[in-house]
Amino acid sequence: MSESNQKMETFSYDDKIVKMFASVTLLWGVVGMLVGLIIASQLADWRMNFGIEWLTFGRLRPLHTNAVIFAFVGNSIFAGIYYSLQRLCKARLFNDTLSKIHFWGWQLIIVAAAITLPMGYTTSKEYAELEWPIDIAIAVVWVIFAINFFGTLWRRREKHIYVSIWFYIATILTVALLHIVNSLEFPVSLMKSYPIFAGVQDAMVQWWYGHNAVAFFLTTPVLGLMYYFVPKAINRPIYSYRLSIVHFWSLIFIYIWAGPHHLLYTALPDWAQTLGMIFSLMLWAPSWGGMINGLLTLRGAWDRVRREPILKFFVTALTFYGMSTFEGPLLSIKSVSALGHYTDWIIGHVHSGGIGWNYFLAAGITYYMVPRLWKTELYSVKLGNIQFWTGTIGLGLYYVSMVVAGITQGLMWQAVDANGALVYPDFVETVTKILPLYWVRLVGGLLVFASMLIMVYNMIKTIRGAKKEDQVEEVFKAPAPTWKSSKNKDQDQGHRKLEGMTATFSVLALIAVLVGTAIEFIPAFMSNNFIKISKDVKPYTPLELAGRDIYIREGCYTCHSQMIRPMANEKLRYGKVSEATEFIYDRPFQWGSRRIGPDLAREGGKRPNFWHYRHMIDPREMTPGSIMPEYSWLTRKKTGYAILPKKLKVMAALGVPYSQDDIDNAIVNAKKQAAEITKEMESSGVEMKVQDKQIIALIAYLQRLGTDLGGQE
Amino acid sequence: MDILFLTLPLALILALIFIGIFIYSVKLGQYDDLDTPSYKMLLDDEKDKTKNELKGKDL
Repeated sequence: MSESNQKMETFSYDDKIVKMFASVTLLWGVVGMLVGLIIASQLADWRMNFGIEWLTFGRLRPLHTNAVIFAFVGNSIFAGIYYSLQRLCKARLFNDTLSKIHFWGWQLIIVAAAITLPMGYTTSKEYAELEWPIDIAIAVVWVIFAINFFGTLWRRREKHIYVSIWFYIATILTVALLHIVNSLEFPVSLMKSYPIFAGVQDAMVQWWYGHNAVAFFLTTPVLGLMYYFVPKAINRPIYSYRLSIVHFWSLIFIYIWAGPHHLLYTALPDWAQTLGMIFSLMLWAPSWGGMINGLLTLRGAWDRVRREPILKFFVTALTFYGMSTFEGPLLSIKSVSALGHYTDWIIGHVHSGGIGWNYFLAAGITYYMVPRLWKTELYSVKLGNIQFWTGTIGLGLYYVSMVVAGITQGLMWQAVDANGALVYPDFVETVTKILPLYWVRLVGGLLVFASMLIMVYNMIKTIRGAKKEDQVEEVFKAPAPTWKSSKNKDQDQGHRKLEGMTATFSVLALIAVLVGTAIEFIPAFMSNNFIKISKDVKPYTPLELAGRDIYIREGCYTCHSQMIRPMANEKLRYGKVSEATEFIYDRPFQWGSRRIGPDLAREGGKRPNFWHYRHMIDPREMTPGSIMPEYSWLTRKKTGYAILPKKLKVMAALGVPYSQDDIDNAIVNAKKQAAEITKEMESSGVEMKVQDKQIIALIAYLQRLGTDLGGQE
Repeated sequence: MDILFLTLPLALILALIFIGIFIYSVKLGQYDDLDTPSYKMLLDDEKDKTKNELKGKDL
């Protein structure tokens, strides 16, 4: 095309919204890490919830994960995307009002999470714990973000869409899909819902979501930022544009399949596990392609890494990206998972990714953006370097202590002597052994938190140093887009357009075929179930259901799994291996992902009611050395009987075989069972007046666990 | 396990959407030039001097 009659257009960038997102990134970074410190201290010393129910590990752990993922990293992603998107498109953001709704909507969701999670409102699905009204709000805000994003793309003045934008597109589309499918739930009340999937299916969907939350929230958008900010910071082009294309397409294609590696050796069918493991191993290649592409961009400029904190953060972030994407596939190998799953090794792994990759990359782009946004100089390069080293040493301590703790505990669980007996039959022994490492982790966490505070201080000083009169929007100019107008196109372009449309049509056709296939297949296979349904598995009684919802509310799943894997040591320790059929009425599933305490899949009938009663009030009375907090409020709070008929009704609507009789008599039956349990404990000195308290419902649930198919082989 | 018949097609559809966008973008010429884009993003935006009150200060 000739450039003779090029028209120039003027425009400005909406940097105010970027400033807002960058500022709250710092705020939520501090909050999220502080909550992390609190729960780390609780594992080192169980008293650190100060006897307050809102501050227990079970309730704060989801707050920590949600805060660091969606509030800290989330806001940094939005800041980085809005900054780079405008510049890569040479266009202002689509709509200033949408930007503001996006910003305030997202902050409101975060505040709602910070209030509801400590109160115990949770779906218990990891990284998706927020209840249904907040889920809807997330979907709405995300769509607003998408409209704003694609609208900006539509108005771009740069024909070429740089690789960063591809990563952003994949993020926006996939996160929407994951969030919506995993949040399909049926409301019971304003803040309580049951998922439409149960048991194995629920687990499958949850970890399809959970793994891809890591892939498409913590990885792809951040890689997009890396592809923009690393070349910009060093003023050199990305090492290989061709490699970035291969990196992008292979990464997003493979990532989506890897979810089942979170469920190795569980009741999930073997072929699904193998599929997840193989795709996880395949991820090695694209992940390392991306890391190499980023690191080699610095070739010939490594001396600058010594001087500039931004580059230190970027190099370290890329290195940790490489390390955790090496470790991830390694942990997805079934035999490695057998040792590492349920241990602190996983905690170390996620923090090497979360702190090493996400925090450091967010720090790098903050150091890049803040002085440019406020048109000033960085307050202190030295503080930047101090922050870097404090954070790196902290992360080192964190990672090493957790991997050592994980492998130690994993080996202790597995240890069987020559007579075929467990060497460490008392679970608590394997916990007290690693307690010193929990203190080391706490120190590591403190250093990371301190490094975050240093950044906040450095940025506040930087922003304070900015001149007020500089805070005006600058006007830029660029050629008006000529490639968009469909008028007077030559033959070639017309043909190209047709080619494009052919591709679109083929894709649409393929989708149509697939959807059709799915619609035909799903009902066909529904009747021919994969799981052998056992008639011995019965729905929960109303009281057990009430107890189960208390178990969910208190976040028991954050420390106790309910899944006995097919291994000799697990059979010896916990009993008969878990079967898929046992979970058909579990909404949501409670398999858990970490054993800070023992597995509870066959807890039912193992110990007397009175043991559980005393154990909830003072765990150390029954298990010396236990690090479980005290749950004395369960003896004071009344069981919510009134809502039980509603709960059963919703469950029945979802396919659980409760009869109308069951629903009508839910309250009567629940009270009857509660009285029986309390009566049984009366001789041990428990007063009958506690029968309407939550502790009785919880005991009813615990005593039911795993009993349908029998605890013994 | 019925859910696999939802999630597997979903995963496939998603993968196919991405492959479709990929083919589409190749045909549109998105990847014809693999050199200039990586340099182009490094160039600073051209300021409209007449409309900027800031005096020629390069930021």
